[in-house]
Amino acid sequence: MRTSRWVVWFYLGPAVLVMAAACLYPVMSAFQLAGYDWSMGTPWSSARWVGWSNFVSAFSNPRVWSSLWTTILFAAVCVGAEMVLGIALALALEHPVRGMAVFRTLFILPMMIAPIAVGLVWRYMFDAQFGLINAALVAMGLSAQTWLADPTLAFIAIVVADIWQWTPFVFIMMIAALAGIDGSVIEAARIDGADWWQQTFLVKLPMVMHVIAITLMMRLIDAFRVLEVVYVLTFGGPGDSTEILALHIYKTAFVGQQLGVAAAISVLLLVVVVALSWGALRLSNPMKGEER
Amino acid sequence: MKRPVLLVAGHYTMLVILAFLCIAPIVVIFATSVRQQVQIFAEPLNFLFVPTLENYRAVLQEDKLDRYLINSLFVGIVSTIVTLVLGCMAAYGLARFRFKGRSTIAYTTLLLRTVPLAVLAIPVFLIWNEWKLVNSLWGLVLLYVAVNLPFTIWLLYGFVLQVPIELEEAAAIDGCGPLRVFTKVLLPLMAPGLAAASIFTFRIAWNEFILALVLTDRQTRTLPVAASLFITDIGVDWGKVMAMGSLIAIPPLIFTFVAARQIITGLTAGAVKG
Repeated sequence: MRTSRWVVWFYLGPAVLVMAAACLYPVMSAFQLAGYDWSMGTPWSSARWVGWSNFVSAFSNPRVWSSLWTTILFAAVCVGAEMVLGIALALALEHPVRGMAVFRTLFILPMMIAPIAVGLVWRYMFDAQFGLINAALVAMGLSAQTWLADPTLAFIAIVVADIWQWTPFVFIMMIAALAGIDGSVIEAARIDGADWWQQTFLVKLPMVMHVIAITLMMRLIDAFRVLEVVYVLTFGGPGDSTEILALHIYKTAFVGQQLGVAAAISVLLLVVVVALSWGALRLSNPMKGEER
Repeated sequence: MKRPVLLVAGHYTMLVILAFLCIAPIVVIFATSVRQQVQIFAEPLNFLFVPTLENYRAVLQEDKLDRYLINSLFVGIVSTIVTLVLGCMAAYGLARFRFKGRSTIAYTTLLLRTVPLAVLAIPVFLIWNEWKLVNSLWGLVLLYVAVNLPFTIWLLYGFVLQVPIELEEAAAIDGCGPLRVFTKVLLPLMAPGLAAASIFTFRIAWNEFILALVLTDRQTRTLPVAASLFITDIGVDWGKVMAMGSLIAIPPLIFTFVAARQIITGLTAGAVKG
């Protein structure tokens, strides 16, 4: 369809303008801010250009590296567990049954409620004194744990919260993908003598590999962006054992008031996330539109 | 082919266990919000208690909760409406026109979708200060529209593509102007997409915490920010905190029960054809 440029910009202009002003421009400014020393509450004109020194102080800080490592570990453990659990459950429960719609509704609840509420309830569940998890452990004759005061247990706590919230996402994606497989293909494999394992690993999973890959990328990107649940659940503690990168950036900026340094670290997080997103887009670009 | 009874029973047992795991923590939020503080401390596992609205009353009295509730509703509703209007137009533009710079816009839009909010918070704090948008609800709205547009455009783009262009051309030949084609032909066919997009946008705007924390004050606070302030180093008043948590959780829960199908459409959009 041939149209004048004005019509195109009538449709696209407002959205592009808003995204440019309130999303793209701030992200670009983060790069600029990383080169300045600016104290909060003072006008921007008082900011001092310091070149690379924010990057130097950011990347010579062992806490930044340990926090990057925590983030990678968190993403790997959570996403790994969510993918395995989600795919396994979907394979076990793919057969359509009456009432599945009700169950699916219940399954999406964890990802619909606010991250802050998720953080709150898990903080309560893991509470050493009043928490339900300890109460249940004691009732079963096991010993109570100081979950959020122990580095390893606190890390487990944030992992559990994430797995609880996002395994259903993988499950729902996989159920939808498996339902899309042409039944006659499986039937043909069955007639050819393929057993359940062969049908699953040689026929079904390869056919939905594309969805698995996209789900994996979406989960990885989100795992690197996690902030709010951890903010409420542990605030990075004890020590810095659960201080994921996004939280470290927040603390550096708004607790330590080092905005320039925080901007420099956020460039690091941005690079990781954009690289992952780029990979995801290479897998599937929903707006390519070459077919028309 | 009929499945053996035992297999079906096992299937349902597993579904019930999973559903229990999913909803138990949410039930805990609501259950704790109607328990007395003393009882939460004394017998955490005893669920046979007389519900009380004491926590809700306390929360309402000691804080400007009504104010924060209105702020949250305002930000949620206005962001959703603006995002939907702009997103609809942009999705239509991207789906129907070929022009220079189209793929750049499409790519940038999709990349913006994944920007971590922690990265955004720092420069936004600075820029909003310069633009005098700090501590203003409109400042939050602008931000939420911007962060929600990429997903909305992406989702609606797929819905526009599903509408045959011949339908639009036919309406145009029948004498409909571009605006009437858009509202009378396209919008009704995109209804499921619009429903999904509005739920997702409202959910983000309503639930969002970190940007609201950085950009609001005592007057413009939203509910999640107010809830976070109940957590102190001295200890947590669980009854009150969970009363706040319940209030925050209610709208998304209602949406989920009303429009689960649209939400699943939104979740699986782009990855799964369906």
